Amino acid sequence: MFSNRYIFIYSTVMVIIVAVLLSMTAVLLQPRQEKNMTIAKIQGILSAVNIIATADDAEPRYQEFITTELAIDKEGEVVSIYRNGKLEKGEVRPFDIDLKKELFNKKMGESFVVPLFIAEIEGDTLYIVPLRGVGLWGPLYGNIAFGPDFNEIVGAEFSHDKETPGLGAEISLKAFSDQFIGKTMFDDAGNFVSIRVVKGGVSTLAPAQQDHGVDAISGGTITSNGVTVMLNDCLENYISYIKNNIDK
Amino acid sequence: MSAEVKERDPWFSTKNRKLLSAPLNRDNPITIQVLGICSALAVTAKLEPSVVMALSVVFVLAIGNVLISLLRKTIPPRIRIIVQLTVIATLVILVDQFLKAFAYDVSKQLSVFVGLIITNCIIMGRFEAFGMANKPWPSFLDGIGNALGYGWILIVVGFLRELLGSGSIWGYPLFEKIGLYNWGYENNGMMILPPMALIVVGVIIWVQRSKVRDLIEEN
Repeated sequence: MFSNRYIFIYSTVMVIIVAVLLSMTAVLLQPRQEKNMTIAKIQGILSAVNIIATADDAEPRYQEFITTELAIDKEGEVVSIYRNGKLEKGEVRPFDIDLKKELFNKKMGESFVVPLFIAEIEGDTLYIVPLRGVGLWGPLYGNIAFGPDFNEIVGAEFSHDKETPGLGAEISLKAFSDQFIGKTMFDDAGNFVSIRVVKGGVSTLAPAQQDHGVDAISGGTITSNGVTVMLNDCLENYISYIKNNIDK
Repeated sequence: MSAEVKERDPWFSTKNRKLLSAPLNRDNPITIQVLGICSALAVTAKLEPSVVMALSVVFVLAIGNVLISLLRKTIPPRIRIIVQLTVIATLVILVDQFLKAFAYDVSKQLSVFVGLIITNCIIMGRFEAFGMANKPWPSFLDGIGNALGYGWILIVVGFLRELLGSGSIWGYPLFEKIGLYNWGYENNGMMILPPMALIVVGVIIWVQRSKVRDLIEEN
């Protein structure tokens, strides 16, 4: 028989050994894990402008194509600029902004900043907006790229953590994201309308609205609505910046 | 001492070989004992996560069974379940951390299911039924055997579901390359949904029992 004393000592020693082992592993592997997350983020940004990068060439290709990173505040003012590997203005590199936290601050009515990535590809200036929202089971995220007028979409990329395979999870397929190409986020009068994911299909909309909608996924209504809300929430932060800085 | 050594089973005696082979067929954790079904449904939509899941379970079950077997005389019976759980949880967290560091894409796909290895009944079942009562080497074989018995079902299901549901194998678009879609073939979207995993497992059980007839229960 084992005494109570033995059981106490046994459990204590066991827990200490396990704690030391796990914290050591976590600390040793952390740099690698963070690097993987950064690379995944870079790959997402690049794939919005149709550059497919592998884990190895993600960083050099990012430096090649993404020339400027900006952080834009609530009023549309540029608060930091990161260009050619140098922070020219502000304190935080826009790439390191935690979008989830900023969108939460926005919801709480506090001040916030959002990142904007500017790419130079074949002489064109493209604007890439990172997205973050909520699907059915977990977070949705993505990147959407606009042409030089910051209105017409040239590419989009979506991913998710745990949407239903075969239904909501289809948003990460090219067939879904390619629908966004050529759509616009402002109407002809210059008013912000965002882009909607339309249940029943874009063809059910009035012709003037069809430039601002894409087909939803059958059986993935909540995920599709999540994408609509995410686009609206994230894109509206850039309206003042666009009005002030981009010539129509 | 010397007499005891002579009496010891050779490393791969018939008895030990059976520990390895029985769970693959006659004593399979999924098709006979119907354990670990949850993860078998959840991760088998594609082949790659199925294989990674199988390998992770091989690792956790084999190492865990040996650890439990080594500790078996020191573990107070009153807290043995807690000790077993701690061993499993530690190994699973290690697997999860390593996947995040070295196979990030796969770890994203498996997401919560690596963590759910902890709740896989096969593992606790083997610790309790075998590791607690046997020497390390047989426990190791028993762990490998049961994990492989679980793993091969997962891989077969993953293979069929990816092939028929997405028309690809290990992400390679096989059906597209051989031009099957041009003849009017369509992927069966239902194969991707969890219920089809259950039906595929059912078909495997049916095939197995029609081959090994004495497994059929009388009633």
